[in-house]
Amino acid sequence: MKAGRFWAWVVFALGAAYFFIPLIATVEFSMRMRRGVYSLDAYKVVLGDARFQATFGYSVLAAIFTIILGVLIVVPAAYWIRLRLPQLRPIVEFITLLPLVIPAIVIVFGYIRMYGSNSPLPFLATDTGTNALLVIGYATLALPYMYRAVDTGLRTIDVRTLTEAAQILGAGWGTIVTRVILPNVLIAVLSGAFLTFAIVIGEFTMASLLNRPAFGPYLQNIGANRAYEPAALAIIAFAITWGCMSLIQVLSRFAPKSANRPN
Amino acid sequence: MTDLPFSDQAVAGKTAPPAEARSLRLPTQWLGVAPFFIFAIMFLILPTLYLMLGAFQNDAGEFTFNNIVGIFDPPNLANYMQCQYDSWMSWVDGNCKLPSILAAYWISIKISLASSLIGAFAGLAIAIAIVRGGLPDWIRSATLTFSGVASNFAGVPLAFAFLATLGRLGLATVILNTVFGLNIYAHGFNILSFWGLTLTYVYFQIPLMVVIIVPAIDGLKKEWGEAAATLGATMSQYWRMVVIPVIWPSFLGTVILLFANAFGAIATAYALTGSSLNIIPIVLYAQIRGDVLHNAHLGYAIAFGMIVITGLANVFYIWFRTRSERWLK
Repeated sequence: MKAGRFWAWVVFALGAAYFFIPLIATVEFSMRMRRGVYSLDAYKVVLGDARFQATFGYSVLAAIFTIILGVLIVVPAAYWIRLRLPQLRPIVEFITLLPLVIPAIVIVFGYIRMYGSNSPLPFLATDTGTNALLVIGYATLALPYMYRAVDTGLRTIDVRTLTEAAQILGAGWGTIVTRVILPNVLIAVLSGAFLTFAIVIGEFTMASLLNRPAFGPYLQNIGANRAYEPAALAIIAFAITWGCMSLIQVLSRFAPKSANRPN
Repeated sequence: MTDLPFSDQAVAGKTAPPAEARSLRLPTQWLGVAPFFIFAIMFLILPTLYLMLGAFQNDAGEFTFNNIVGIFDPPNLANYMQCQYDSWMSWVDGNCKLPSILAAYWISIKISLASSLIGAFAGLAIAIAIVRGGLPDWIRSATLTFSGVASNFAGVPLAFAFLATLGRLGLATVILNTVFGLNIYAHGFNILSFWGLTLTYVYFQIPLMVVIIVPAIDGLKKEWGEAAATLGATMSQYWRMVVIPVIWPSFLGTVILLFANAFGAIATAYALTGSSLNIIPIVLYAQIRGDVLHNAHLGYAIAFGMIVITGLANVFYIWFRTRSERWLK
């Protein structure tokens, strides 16, 4: 067992080196903007850039709409499948895994061809429509994560008893979903939401092909034209992802641990 | 379409007695899942089918195989085969050129395969180390948290990080050069090459593997190891007959997922290499942006080819999985 522990440490150390060296290198590079001394100039330039603020704001807004759309689609479906239509579970699970298999670039290519200005549903004819299509595309990309998060959350509560109790007390379906089920799976929904946020913020392909002024295309543009700012932006992006994941960790501590089902 | 279908039911439910509610049951059965299915059909399934059909149509909408044939570029493919044959006969490397779209598919497949296999084995090793290696508990939770972050740290920022590390002026490049006297660029390494891109992709492949495979390794019960030891199994027998068969399906499934993950990725490669390394998503991207192939339906065929490759990978996975499940019984 001693030899085993030695090798475990070796593997862990090698892994840690592979993952930390690029991060250290990026931090180091991002501070090299002023000749000869380390400074935070690159961060100042980036954060002061009006286009940074505009594109970042745009992506945050897109992420919020994506989360709302995702919740509206996924929560009722996941709830209903647990309650009434368990036979649909394999089909729905299969569909939610599709975005992991069909590349995002193919999905957005399909949108561009199907929803162009002279199609029956001309999403791309207006700016608002294109923004909506981008949010829809993001919701598609987030579908696997959102569905799994919500489904895991539903597993820990007794959906049937809660629903019956609410019905006996005279609640309608809208009330049941919004005031009984949603609060119970709120933490699961929130972890899905933060994951969605992390995915949407830096997304490049869809925003770029739909010509939206989002953060991803801005990052790419800066990367092609500047030297030190990209490294600073990479650190900022990493910090955002880190923040989202930490929030998920914190939330999961509050989540109900065990399933209290009748059998 | 963002409207909750429950709203009418909520109004109806408040006033309606149970008997009437029962008559409403048939539509309500489907109302809850309707938004999901409408969304999935409109924005996931139909657009994909549209491209797949378009791959078999010409501009006039007539059925044709020309687009698919166009991918293979028969005259150039014939030249390539002839060149390969000649260089094989004369033992000289003829430096044969595959038709450009096929070459892009091929390098994409190689990068995806290499990064998913390296990522899978490295991720498995790390997962086994933190679950079974007798390391302190905090290492396990720290690694899992970090993996959650790093598996989502793909795209443009990741490319920046690797340029800062292994670019010509990157920290690792400079340190290797000044401290160890090893100039990796003089030895043919380039961040804008096959290995450069593979090494970058591995950064999000390993953590994804760790996140998915740790639960499977957790599922290996301690009792099985003890039972195997009681029956006189050696360590290698225990691994060969217990551990590998149990984690094999999840391992293989994750490799396929990692493959698809790398195969469709474009942002990292695009930010890293611009368009100097022709992987297939970049070819398709250029085609969508500017119709560079001067044939819109060839773009459909390229997209179709990408779906076929990730789809085939999944068919293999399902086939392997059913086989291994049969063994497990």
